[in-house]
Amino acid sequence: MIDFFTTHAPVLTIVVFIFGALLAPVFGRINNSLSYYCALITTALSFVLSVYLLFSVYNNAPLEYFLGGWKPPYGIEYRVDILNSFILSVVSFVSFLSVIYGYGSIKSEIYEKRHPAFYSVYLLFIGGMMGILITNDIFNMYVFLEITSLAGYALIAMGRTRYSYMASFNYLILGSVGATFFLIGIGYLYMQTGTLNLTDLAQRLQGHFDTNVVLVAIAFIVVGLMLKMAVFPLHFWLPDAYTYSPSVISAAMAGTSTKVAAYLLIRLMYTIFGIQAGFSGINFSGIIIVIASITILAGSIIAISQTDLKKMLAFSSIGQIGYILIGTAMVNKYAFAGGLLHILNHAMMKTALFMVAGGFFYKFTSTKINDLKGMGRQMPFASAMFLILSLSMVGIPLTVGFISKWYIILGAAQSGYWIVVPVILLSSLLTAIYFGRVVHNLFFKDSEASNTGILHAKIPYSMVSSTAVLVFLCIFFGVFAYMPVEISLKAAENIIGAMPWK
Amino acid sequence: MEMIQSLTPVYAVLVSLIAIIPIYLSRNNPNLREFWTILAAIVKFIIVLSLIPPLINGHTVGINLFEILPGISFGFRVDSLGLIFALMASFLWILTSFYSIGYMRSLKEHNQTRYFVCFAGSLSATIGAAFAANLFTMYIFYEALTLFTYPLIAHEETDEAFRGARIYLIYLLGTSIAFLLPAIIGTYLAAGSLEFVNGGLLAATASKGLSSTFLVVLFALFILGIAKAAIMPLHSWLPNAMVAPTPVSALLHAVAVVKMGVFVVLRVVLYVFGIDLMSALGIGTFLAYFASFTILLASIIALRQDNIKARLAYSTISQLSYIVVGVSLLSLSGVKGSILHIVVHAFSKITLFFWAGAMAVGAHKKYVSQLSGIAKKMPVSMAIFTVGALSLIGLPPFSGFLSKWYLLKGSLEAGLVPIAFVFMISSFLNACYFLPIIYIAYFGKISPEDEKDSHIKEAPKMMLVPMCITATMVILIFFFPGIVTSLIDLALNGIF
Repeated sequence: MIDFFTTHAPVLTIVVFIFGALLAPVFGRINNSLSYYCALITTALSFVLSVYLLFSVYNNAPLEYFLGGWKPPYGIEYRVDILNSFILSVVSFVSFLSVIYGYGSIKSEIYEKRHPAFYSVYLLFIGGMMGILITNDIFNMYVFLEITSLAGYALIAMGRTRYSYMASFNYLILGSVGATFFLIGIGYLYMQTGTLNLTDLAQRLQGHFDTNVVLVAIAFIVVGLMLKMAVFPLHFWLPDAYTYSPSVISAAMAGTSTKVAAYLLIRLMYTIFGIQAGFSGINFSGIIIVIASITILAGSIIAISQTDLKKMLAFSSIGQIGYILIGTAMVNKYAFAGGLLHILNHAMMKTALFMVAGGFFYKFTSTKINDLKGMGRQMPFASAMFLILSLSMVGIPLTVGFISKWYIILGAAQSGYWIVVPVILLSSLLTAIYFGRVVHNLFFKDSEASNTGILHAKIPYSMVSSTAVLVFLCIFFGVFAYMPVEISLKAAENIIGAMPWK
Repeated sequence: MEMIQSLTPVYAVLVSLIAIIPIYLSRNNPNLREFWTILAAIVKFIIVLSLIPPLINGHTVGINLFEILPGISFGFRVDSLGLIFALMASFLWILTSFYSIGYMRSLKEHNQTRYFVCFAGSLSATIGAAFAANLFTMYIFYEALTLFTYPLIAHEETDEAFRGARIYLIYLLGTSIAFLLPAIIGTYLAAGSLEFVNGGLLAATASKGLSSTFLVVLFALFILGIAKAAIMPLHSWLPNAMVAPTPVSALLHAVAVVKMGVFVVLRVVLYVFGIDLMSALGIGTFLAYFASFTILLASIIALRQDNIKARLAYSTISQLSYIVVGVSLLSLSGVKGSILHIVVHAFSKITLFFWAGAMAVGAHKKYVSQLSGIAKKMPVSMAIFTVGALSLIGLPPFSGFLSKWYLLKGSLEAGLVPIAFVFMISSFLNACYFLPIIYIAYFGKISPEDEKDSHIKEAPKMMLVPMCITATMVILIFFFPGIVTSLIDLALNGIF
């Protein structure tokens, strides 16, 4: 039995979600609350499998798994290395904690009879992302991207405000454009090479980089993925989507979806395009660094002017994606590790921040920054957690935020991209400003009579505990950073070392 | 030097941090709450005292708690420079605690629990920086102190207080992220480590062929990043932070914040760059001239201030640069005078701030011009002020004379005669802004309303006694300088 699980672990991490998504509505028929346990068990299982995969590829060689025993290029190949199993673990962990968090918050935000459907779609949403991460087939990536996106549109629309539909529709349009771009790019690549397997593509593209077909393909893919990542100025769908979706979805999405799109870009850049490959006259990594720098600064600056906490966090997310891109685009071991660490760190911080915002919403049905005055006294625990997370976002030492910034700056200095250093420092300052505003309201302002009234007296333990776990990890991994740092350094070594044309 | 592995410095840091819990829990019982503060202050002082014997026997006490990233660890190491700072801070915390109780209760301030919690946190950060074994650990406590003192400055919760606190935060957090952090990263890139080394971390690796431009830029980043030292043009947070309650100002100006600033400067000059590298690059002389500009300008601005606390604030800015100039002279007496001035200025300036608080509580006076004839009603307070002021002017038999003596000697040793003149002119300016206060208080005519006003009387004993103790210390150090100088000599042993 154990053998079965270990040999088929790569595919099982995906299959559990598909089965879970099917079973959730069935169980929901019997008893509404069973669908919750179905989601809980599914995500927990996938987390266990992901961690198992991470350990096994960390200690041994990367795993290759052929679906149905068909060897590539005929069949679909799943390939697990440190890079993607690391992100797999992050995504499944965040989704697991979000489910726990949802036990409390969903009851108040989603109609009772929609719960089974909600959990089913949620599992598809996460399962799609896990699929993107694990597959080694570019068309399969597209399929999973569509699965997760479609599920995402539905989840956002389940928010209870009128704007939720609008946000979902916006995302639908822009997301489809992005996915189509991606698909067109894949088409061109297929035209040139006749294969869809990444390893094959990498070999066959060698020497064809200056053909127009490949250049156009790369342009389409990069732009399409940047749209999915919400890189400035292609970010318009994200703030509304995060703001008007249910709390649990904001939390889960902030921690996972854009990071998975970033993974896609990283994977394609390194594995098949070879980021510094011989495009004549095109400095690929330079372009991405410039775009990422603009994104970092723009996201932070726009965040300062927001009046809604969730929207502020959303813009902050846009800026933070820039860190991941900038770190991975520099083609330096330390910078890459920093970018990779930021996937983990930002997933923890931002998910926890959205969870706290959800807590405020749960109690006062408002996330307007002005309505949060005096919250430090009414919700001391939640406010204290918010404070810690803010410090981490700014990058104060002993928190995870510091670790990833440190490595990115170290890599920038080593590889000579000095321009990155002031960008990151400036954005830390801007982050301090916009979080400082909220913290100021929480602790130093007296609550006003115009508070929208208390909806629930007490926040359920499920919400508090899942947030507290993340906050604890934000400090734990900031102090004992060895484990994630070792893993991401090794992933960086592997991915940079295996780059073609290097 | 042998290193003794010991958790004692960790305990010294943790005492006041742990004390926050009982202080918060007993928020409904003010007497019990204040008991915890006092207890923590005394325990902390005793722990710091217990670190003296091993140091005198030639050992250093320290521990590396954990390594966060390769080459960067979170650890403590007690050397005599850090110990001087810690002794001073923890001793003055005891006095300030008593004084705070008197002050806060007399004025019936709100939110006293938050006040005492943040006070305890600030002291933890101060001791942490004093005992930090490397730049990284020091940076953490440097930031922590900024964050802990923010609520103290914003304590009044008026618009003005928030404004002052915001400026404070922007200056200190902004410069530390924008300049100090890159400087630390640069040091790490150059040296591969952040530990403080006798004789200079960078000097030890200078053979690697670091370009001198890089080192000069690095040093400039350090000096710009340490805005707590209030070197012009990064000084204006200090006068703005004056909106804080007076005990906080005393803490900020005499004990913790600004002293941490100059302490970090000392650490950078002596243990990161090292005397030899500094003089080889010629940046010591440059910094000396740069900071002497602050000495003179701040003294001149102080002349024009009518608000008592603002006058003291500019005096602080000027006196801090004495310390910076002293160390950048890079001569034995200069550095010695610089370290001595940290202690002397702490005791003298805290005396003056305590006096300012006594004036606010006892007479509700906030401006120099209102003090005419006040000595009749508050003789003890004014006598105490006279001691502090004369010490800062640099007259014997007050300890200010000693440090000025060393500083003057140091500037001549370094062959920088203009700096010696700066010290002399500044002493004259100090006299110009302190003596008028003494003059009008003793010889000015008391206004008829004040004469009749029976509310004007000496501040409560809780405030008066700490003031007397610090004033006594100011005189005692003059007669028994050995208590401080023996530790300073120990610190300078490995450097000169």
